[in-house]
This record gives sequence, C-alpha cells and structure tokens, in this order.
Amino acid sequence: MAILVTPETKVLVQGITGSFGGRHAQLSLEYGTQIVAGVTPGKGGQTFEDKVPVFDTVAQAVAETGTTTSAVFVPPPFAADAILEGVDAGLDLVVCITEGIPVNDMVKVKRALEGSKTRLIGPNCPGIVTPGEGKQSSGGCRIGIAPGYIHKKGNIGVVSRSGTLTYEAVWQLTCRGVGQSTCVGIGGDPVNGTSHLDVIKMFNDDPDTHGIIMIGEIGGSAEEEAAAWIRDNCKKPVAGFIAGTTAPPGRRMGHAGAIVSGGKGTAEAKIEAFREAGIQVAQTPSEMADVLLKVM
Amino acid sequence: MNIHEYQAKELLARNGVNVPSGKACKSIEEAQTAAQALFDAGQSMLVIKSQIHAGGRGKGTFKSGFQGGVHLCKSVDETVETAKAMLGEVLVTKQTGPEGREVKTLLIASAEKIVKELYLAVLLDRNTSKPIVMASTEGGMDIEEVAEKSPEKIVKETIDPAMGMMPYQARKIAAALNLPSSLIGQATKLLMGVYKTFWSCDASMVEINPLCIVENVDETQGIAAVDAKISLDDNALYRHKDILEMRDLAEEAPLEIEAGKFDLNYIKLDGNIACLVNGAGLAMATMDIIKHYGGDPANFLDVGGGASREQVTAAFKIILSDPNVKGILVNIFGGIMQCDVIAEGVVSAAKETNLSIPLVVRLEGNNVEIGKKILNESGLELISGDSMADAAKKIVAVV
Repeated sequence: MAILVTPETKVLVQGITGSFGGRHAQLSLEYGTQIVAGVTPGKGGQTFEDKVPVFDTVAQAVAETGTTTSAVFVPPPFAADAILEGVDAGLDLVVCITEGIPVNDMVKVKRALEGSKTRLIGPNCPGIVTPGEGKQSSGGCRIGIAPGYIHKKGNIGVVSRSGTLTYEAVWQLTCRGVGQSTCVGIGGDPVNGTSHLDVIKMFNDDPDTHGIIMIGEIGGSAEEEAAAWIRDNCKKPVAGFIAGTTAPPGRRMGHAGAIVSGGKGTAEAKIEAFREAGIQVAQTPSEMADVLLKVM
Repeated sequence: MNIHEYQAKELLARNGVNVPSGKACKSIEEAQTAAQALFDAGQSMLVIKSQIHAGGRGKGTFKSGFQGGVHLCKSVDETVETAKAMLGEVLVTKQTGPEGREVKTLLIASAEKIVKELYLAVLLDRNTSKPIVMASTEGGMDIEEVAEKSPEKIVKETIDPAMGMMPYQARKIAAALNLPSSLIGQATKLLMGVYKTFWSCDASMVEINPLCIVENVDETQGIAAVDAKISLDDNALYRHKDILEMRDLAEEAPLEIEAGKFDLNYIKLDGNIACLVNGAGLAMATMDIIKHYGGDPANFLDVGGGASREQVTAAFKIILSDPNVKGILVNIFGGIMQCDVIAEGVVSAAKETNLSIPLVVRLEGNNVEIGKKILNESGLELISGDSMADAAKKIVAVV
C-alpha cells in the first residue's frame, strides 16, 4: 500500500514551466509517475513536453484532470500563496519543495491549514517517493527532487528532514537488497506541514511497512515527540540517526530549522530520547541501514 | 541576520515602543555633540554603550586594558574621555571569543533611573508554529538561567497569527508582571509595539532585556526598552530593503561572506579537517563522522544540490584560506547530479588551487564509476573513500 502516494496518484506540478520545476517534472515522468497537470499563471493552454496540459489555476487543473496531489516548485516569495491555492482547490496532499520561504509566511499557512482536509509536506524538502516495480524502481510515484533510481520497492519506511541524508539511507538499504515502502522528506524549516510523528503514525498503520528509519537533526523537539510516541505505541522496529552532534550552538547549519538555541534541540538530547524509546541509534550515518536490519 | 542595539531600538521606536532617547555615534565629535544635546535637554546622566553583535558588553574588557563596554557619564567631558577609550578599540566579552570585536559605533543615550528590571521577548514557538511572547519579572539576567532555576517566573502567551496580538493579551502579560495599574496602559502600548516590530520586520526574535520600570524627572513612573536585541529571518530580508541596509559586514566572518557570494553555506569551526558536502543534513553528518573517528572538522560547508564546477572551485579556495586546514574530505551524494561532472569539478578545483594537502573523495550515486575513473586518472594524489565511514577514517589517518 505504501503511505501518502501510490503509483496511481495523479500529480500536479505548480511551477512546471520554471527551469527547476520543469526539470524535475521531466524526471518524474521518466520514472513513470502520473504527472497529469501543470500550473503556471499566464501559461494556461500550453503543453509541457507535449503531454502534460498547463493550467492558469489549480482549481482548473483539478476540474479537468482529477489531480489530488501537488508538487510546489514556486519561488519563495510566491510559495505560500501557491500552497494555499492548492488547499483552496481541495487537494489531499501538497508537497512543497521550495527552499527559503519566510518563516512568517509559513506561520500563516500553517494557521490556514487548521481544519482543512489538505496535508502539507515540506517546505524545503526533497519530496516523497513510493518506489515502483520496474527497473531501478521505475513505475513508482516520485514527487520532488529525489533521485528515483536509488530506490527499490520493499517494506522499509524512511522519514527525514534532510534530502541527501535520506538518499544516503535509501541507497544503503537498496545496496543491501532491501526495498522501501515510501520515503518521505519532511523538510528542514522550523515550521513545516508534517512532522516526524505524523509520518511515523502513518508507517505504523501501513501493513506494507515492516520497519522504519527516522533521521533527525538538531533544532526543535519534533524528534523527541516522535520518540515518546514510538516508545508507547509503535509496533515496528525503528532505527534512528541524528545529525549535528558537532554543530556549535547558536549557528544555523544550512537548514533554517537546524539550530541549537537556548540549550534546546541538541543532538545529545535527541539521541537520549531515541535510546529511551527503544529506537536503535546509528552511531554514524554509514550505519543507518545496518542498525535497522539487525533488529528486523 | 543580527543588527546592533541602536538599530533594534530604531525599529522598535518606529512601532511606538518607548526607548531611552539617544544617538549612534561613529566619531568623538559625534559623541560630543550627542552628549551636549542630551545634557542640554535636561539629562543629568548618560550611558555610553559599545555597539557590537555580542552580549556581555558591560562586563567585557578592552584589549587596551580599559574595563567595561558600557559606562555612565555625568558630563560632556567625561563622555568624550570615555568615548576615546572605547571607540576603535577591541572589546572582548564572554561571547566574542578571545579575538574580540572592534567597537566602531557607540550608542549615547539618556541613563534612565531604573525602578525595576523585567524581561520580554517575542519569538517563534516551534511546537505550535505560532509566535509566543515570553515575559518575566526576573529582568537583566540570562533568561536561560531563569528558565532552569525558576521556570514559574516566566509567563508565556501564544499569539494567533491570524489575529495578531490582542490588547487583552498585552494586559494579561502586564498584570502577570505585577505592574501597577497606573502603568498598564503604557505597558500595553509597549507590548503591542514589540509584537508589531516582531511581525512586521519578519524578526526571528525580539528580546528586551531589561525592560524597565523607570522614574521620570517629574517622579512619575514609565516603562522603557532599556536594551534591545533583534535577529531577523534571512529568508524574508528581500522584502525589507531598509533593514537589509543595517547589515554590518564587519560583524560577520569574512570567509562566510565570501561563501555567500557563491551560494555556498559555510561556517568556520576550530578543527583541521575541512569538508565539502552537498546538502545540509549530509554536511552536518559528515562533520559528526569525522569527530566520531577522532578528527576535528574545520568547517560546515554545503555546496547545495547543484555543486557546479565554479562552486566547487570557490569552495576549495574558501576552505584553503583557513590556515588550520590540514586535509580535505569531499563527500558528495550525486543523486540528480552526475558523479562524473562532480569529479571533473573536484579535479579542476584541486589543480587550480595547487592543492598540496591530503584530499579524500567519497562519491556515490549516478555515474559513480566514471567519476572514480576521472579522479584516479587525474594525476592528483587523492584518496578514494568507498563509504562515509571509510572516507572519514582515511582523512583522519592522514591528517
């Protein structure tokens, strides 16, 4: 079953005519993902790569194609508006790839999401991949910017704030012949739509997910919350890694959310929370897959 | 981005927050004029404050031996003498590190008669994704210490971003700070102004420590932001041209400014093994694994998802301008990027910079075999790492 998206999911790309959005829409099409529509205001009526219709609004794209899920590749000043357009059009899922959205914009978006049916993943995230059955996992659903070919269809769920660390974990699994159910990048910003815990709950309920790799980093307390829930509720083995043990306090380590401030959000506290919850902690990022496989 | 105290007070004053009258001065002449104006206006005491982006100024020491980055002065002459001892001198505080910071600007302001010191801050609460106002009766001290020793003395009020701060919330905070009824009106105005500053400037934090009950010349009481610190959301600076002009490059590390020009995210650390990585999470994890195997990372460096040849070359130059660096670890997961393109970038960067220290390269992903071949046939004395662990062990071993 996987979570969030399946190979049948009809995907819309907001910002499909931009260079970044277009490149990744193309890669998703090659992977076999059902990219059924694009949206760029002012370019309605055009066709992307001779097969994907472009609309002026998300509402038009929904009405014409029945798309339920959007990937947002819109530049930062316009991204909050693009997300809310997807919410207004009644999408089930909006995945925002855009990096560099002002925090206050996301605070407003998060408030607007209260009570809506739409789930937001991201922003500043690599997206979601549910691997397919074809060669190099093609035929799956790839939303975002992750390299599709590193995946393999299987039963491990991966959730992470970081893109390249997700790829690292996925590649370690694939190289050991172990596939993934769904891989979710929730993004490195301080305000995001979906937390580690939200994804862990979905993996716990998904019969096709048999084990979970959870990758966190310094800043905030989302990892601790997820760990507390896992301790009391999770039926599946979980392996974890926390990046940023060596990060100096008060410095933002690339991701807007990756900062230890006021003594909070340290790697030590998170690793301790993982241990207390019975999560197997990888000492180094090279061991993420091995640590999980040992307890599978 | 951080700004100076005098700039923070300017933003607060624009939003109706009462701050002590004062002026930022960059020369002794300006200091003299500012002091004269304040004494002429009836002030009997001035405060002269070093403007650097670091806390602990009052207890700091100048490298000249002059004690204290903040002083009270009773006359124009005393102000001028004190300013001479501070301006252009290097101030060392517990937050600046031993190298200290040169004081290029002094804030000369009226010294308020302080009745009581309080604490006030507005910041993002990551748990609720909403702004939160924190206030405490324990002002003038480190709030983290208060949070640890007497958390009950900190009051918190969550603000609904759809509404903004409501006056009743400001009154509630004022009451929780045990302010006398006569000050509730003023305090409400100040609190609303501080929140407005936070929101309208896209600040990540506004901190007023201390917020003070002060005694006016006519012996009535007032409330004023005696110190102020504002940090801003870098992602939102594009819509605040006026605030962007407040950026003081002298307060930032030169290598970090240089890195920014190439869209590189670089943070200098104290170790001797430089690392060059794509992606923030992987970059942090690379630092961690160097440390895990007994080495000491010299920097955090994220070249982003693209890692073009120009960027890799710029990154090498920045890394090598740190004299502590004794070896480099390149760790790239070439997902969308082709490893051969990255390998070519690394080779050309190493040649262009006449690299003479050990270089370990770990490539993974698309076209990795061609990439490794390019590295091996480059004529460079580089070491290839198979996994992150293998690469980290190898660089630690040779440095």
